[in-house]
Amino acid sequence: MNRVLLTGNGAAAWGARLAAVDYVPAFPITPQTEIIETLAKWFERGEMRGRLTLLESEHSMLTAAGAAAATGVRVFTATSSQGLLYAMEMVYGLSGWRVPFVMANVSRGLGTPTTLESDHNDLLATRDSGFLLIVCATCQEVLDSVLMAYRLAEDARVRLPVIVNLDGFTLSFTREPVEIPEAQRVERFLPAFDPQGIRFRASKPISQAVAVLGGTPYSYFRYETHLAALEALTVYDEVADAFAAEMGRVHPAVEAYRADDAEVVFFMMGAFATKAKAAVDRLREAGERVGLLRLRLLRPFPEAQLRRLLAGKRGVAVIDQNLSTGKGGVLHTELASALYGMRNAPLLASFIGGLGGRDIGAEEFYEMAAVVRKAAQSDDPPAPRLLYTRAELREVRKLQALAAVERAQHHEGHAPVDTGGKQ
Amino acid sequence: MTDAVIRRMKDLPSTHLLGSGTPMCAGCGGLGALHEIYDILGAKTVFVNAAGCMTLLSVYPFTPFRGSWLYTAMASAPAGAQGVRDALDILIEKQRIAAEEDLSAVVLTGDGAAYGMGLSATSSAIERKLDFLYVCYDNEGYGNTGQQSSGATPRAARTATSTGSSGHSGDKKDLYAIWIAHRPVYAATVIGAEPLDLARKIEKAKSLKGPRMILALAPCPTGWDFDPQDAVEIGRLAVKTGIWPLKETIDGRTVHTRSPHPRLPVEAYLKTQGRFRHLFEPARDEALLGEIQARVDAYWENVGAPT
Repeated sequence: MNRVLLTGNGAAAWGARLAAVDYVPAFPITPQTEIIETLAKWFERGEMRGRLTLLESEHSMLTAAGAAAATGVRVFTATSSQGLLYAMEMVYGLSGWRVPFVMANVSRGLGTPTTLESDHNDLLATRDSGFLLIVCATCQEVLDSVLMAYRLAEDARVRLPVIVNLDGFTLSFTREPVEIPEAQRVERFLPAFDPQGIRFRASKPISQAVAVLGGTPYSYFRYETHLAALEALTVYDEVADAFAAEMGRVHPAVEAYRADDAEVVFFMMGAFATKAKAAVDRLREAGERVGLLRLRLLRPFPEAQLRRLLAGKRGVAVIDQNLSTGKGGVLHTELASALYGMRNAPLLASFIGGLGGRDIGAEEFYEMAAVVRKAAQSDDPPAPRLLYTRAELREVRKLQALAAVERAQHHEGHAPVDTGGKQ
Repeated sequence: MTDAVIRRMKDLPSTHLLGSGTPMCAGCGGLGALHEIYDILGAKTVFVNAAGCMTLLSVYPFTPFRGSWLYTAMASAPAGAQGVRDALDILIEKQRIAAEEDLSAVVLTGDGAAYGMGLSATSSAIERKLDFLYVCYDNEGYGNTGQQSSGATPRAARTATSTGSSGHSGDKKDLYAIWIAHRPVYAATVIGAEPLDLARKIEKAKSLKGPRMILALAPCPTGWDFDPQDAVEIGRLAVKTGIWPLKETIDGRTVHTRSPHPRLPVEAYLKTQGRFRHLFEPARDEALLGEIQARVDAYWENVGAPT
């Protein structure tokens, strides 16, 4: 194996290259561009065989991705944030096409306000789309997950597109040591693409993605897609086992870190889990029985596994790097529904943090653990918390004061001359 | 380019490829044109469809197409054609399929998508020199949803969203000119009521590679308010009055393939359709009729002497 320093974006591109993808429809968006620029360079130099086509929008990009996959080639694409939303009609549409392809999403907060930095609301907008969703926390995992995603998507029991998510900036632009597996190993793990029944050939005419009339056929095909996604729970575990056997790296649906004997666990997804691990280590040193459960497979949702892993825990700090406006953290809701009716279910506490690239500091992890421990003792779930420090509030007050001054100066200095409406 | 082998009506295909029993309205001018187009194009095609009336041609588990079909969305059918074309090219290059398995990508779109939501994807596909045929059946409104005004609706036509005494206030967008500005390999207007002209153009388009457009005026009994049996006659009148010029453009040079001579007054066409009835009843709207006639006259004056 070849160990190199790679950004998350570089790792995603390497995943696509090792998967020997045939086709990459692309459209640039920050912070994803390095992925498509890297792939474009490899296609141009002949280091990858196939084609990269630049489309004029993400909506067209995903249409081309689906159409090419429906024609019978292995497809990779990548987007982020506003681009993902622009493509959303096709995100929902393509799961019904049952075309297996992989899209990297480089998570970035959604407007408004416009920002470039990361949170998970973009990914969560695809939650109910029928795409399977894998959420990474390291650059190595990005590369590995792209390979795993193809095997998962292409399995005859699944046949659904997959999103591999990496956090903008924290993963996309951060270099980490990444092992690039040898091509022969990848070939053993991921066989050549077999389009099965979904392809266009002159000798075998086929109509794809057709309309239906009425709720009966509609419901049938929607249920079928749902059942395939549920089946992907089993297939995912098989794929993870096969990957571990071939590559020696284990990527379970839920990563458990020092969680076995933990009384309190953090539950979250994405790169900030690395910070949670550091916090767990510090808290353990201080004698606290704290652990981490990191959700890697968001869809299908590994409900049974979570119930198993959380049996006997006292409390869970659910950290959502997203916000469902008017409701709260999405993972909190998801976990609560998964644990509903479970005997001696742990107490859940909801924390929102890390929106638009906002950091979650070590002290905040310690505080969240303390809040949950205390609530579990009194069996009194705390109100959801929006993480924000006094220092941050001071910073925003300063910006607001500056804005007020700017506005006042503008009105004094550049007030339009009254022309009596005749200008 | 090879010389067209279709010279006379008796050269037109005698076997018809598109199946019957579709849910299109009786007298649908778009379906008539599609029948004629499909007879020439044949089954080694993938029809990549944008949302519109003809999306209902392929409803599970039936299709009238002997070849293949892919429904996409309203805005992005040309991007779907791009994906199909790219994938087939890759499969052939990598020798994963035989060259005989190749297919032609054909976009099938209504005017609602073509003149509006789909314009960006179309423009970009032409600019990328995509090898595809773009077929627009233009019934001058969002027909599938009940004939609201679209970018293709002509001045004064009554639609579901312009029911006032002077009808639609906008002008029909010149989609043909927009295409020509992109310097495509081929573009042509057709109408089902002129099958020989249509067949020769499809045959020509079929023989070329690159972006090619066929813009078919599609008389629409339900949207335009006329008896289905009059669809062909109304199509002919669209040509004879000069309202629908039949033309083609190759290598930037535009030729009119029919020059109506003498041109009938536009009202011969307008009075056949309920959507223009307010121009004649309760009183003739001379101003609007004059405006429409003047526009057609100006177009043909620019074309020059009839050939």
